[in-house]
Amino acid sequence: MKVSPELDNRFRESAAAEGLLDVAYDVVDSPVGELFVGVSDHGLCVISYESDPERHVEQLARRFGARVLRSPRPVDQVNRQLDEYFDGKRRRFDLDVDLRLTRDFGRAVLKELAEVPFGEVTTYGALAARAGKPRAARAVGTIMNRNPLPIVLPCHRVVGSNGSLVGYAGGLERKQLLLKLEGALLA
Amino acid sequence: MERVRIPPFERFYEEHREEVLRHLRRLLGAGAEDAFQETFLRALRAYPDLRDGRHLRAWVFTIATRIAIDESRRQRPRGDLPDLAAEDGLPPHAELGPLTDDLPPKERAAVVLRYGFDLPYDEIATALGSSEDAARQATSSGVRRLRERSKKT
Repeated sequence: MKVSPELDNRFRESAAAEGLLDVAYDVVDSPVGELFVGVSDHGLCVISYESDPERHVEQLARRFGARVLRSPRPVDQVNRQLDEYFDGKRRRFDLDVDLRLTRDFGRAVLKELAEVPFGEVTTYGALAARAGKPRAARAVGTIMNRNPLPIVLPCHRVVGSNGSLVGYAGGLERKQLLLKLEGALLA
Repeated sequence: MERVRIPPFERFYEEHREEVLRHLRRLLGAGAEDAFQETFLRALRAYPDLRDGRHLRAWVFTIATRIAIDESRRQRPRGDLPDLAAEDGLPPHAELGPLTDDLPPKERAAVVLRYGFDLPYDEIATALGSSEDAARQATSSGVRRLRERSKKT
């Protein structure tokens, strides 16, 4: 027997409203393609260019707890701020983030990354130095590649010391697009 | 026996929501939607305490069945007189619920589903997470127990 969309939504909303979820997620539209967005009770815990939930649900359950459910309401605030960012109306995200699963140097680097301002770029080496390990540029590259919250934690603002874009987990085209949007790259 | 991993709730919900709704509609008719909501919220609350991913279907059907029984008991008008004769016209499950209170849970569910809700044995089997034979057996031993009890009193 088909479950009507109304009944289905009602359950998904109540599940989140009663605070019963380890992770609430949704798939949202953006100028850089569909994004998979997940929120835990600590804050934003995943943004991914791989928008198919099948690719995330199992892993999220293992990492954050089995109560993973699609539920748009908790994702609303993230979605709204992303829209504002892409509309050029927001230069800084004001969101709680859940970095519980990152450790030590990785977390230190992501915290420094969060401070790189809109419209500016830094290098892998400079970021490594700011996080306390000036020689760890390569490790920073790996950390950027695994950034759990791209766009919000702006790993697109990290480039090579010669100014080349180097790489981006979402593909270089997206990196270029984000930097152009911020005016950091000439169109 | 090796444990089976608990699936993400999304998977569990997608897999069982349609048959749970069908089951509840069968038991409650129009009240099924509230009971559906309550069933999966209760499952979600209990989900972190699950230790094994086996028998999840039987588990959620049991939750749904209990909610349906409680719900139909709740709908029973509360008259001042506990005189059964005065309650003619009530749906049969409203009376069966309290009468079967002290049966073992499986037999109680089987008796209520069979004689209160008039479910066929294959659906009772689904609700109990057992075979059709086991459902028949649970029903008849529940009825036997009720008869023996009524002889004693």
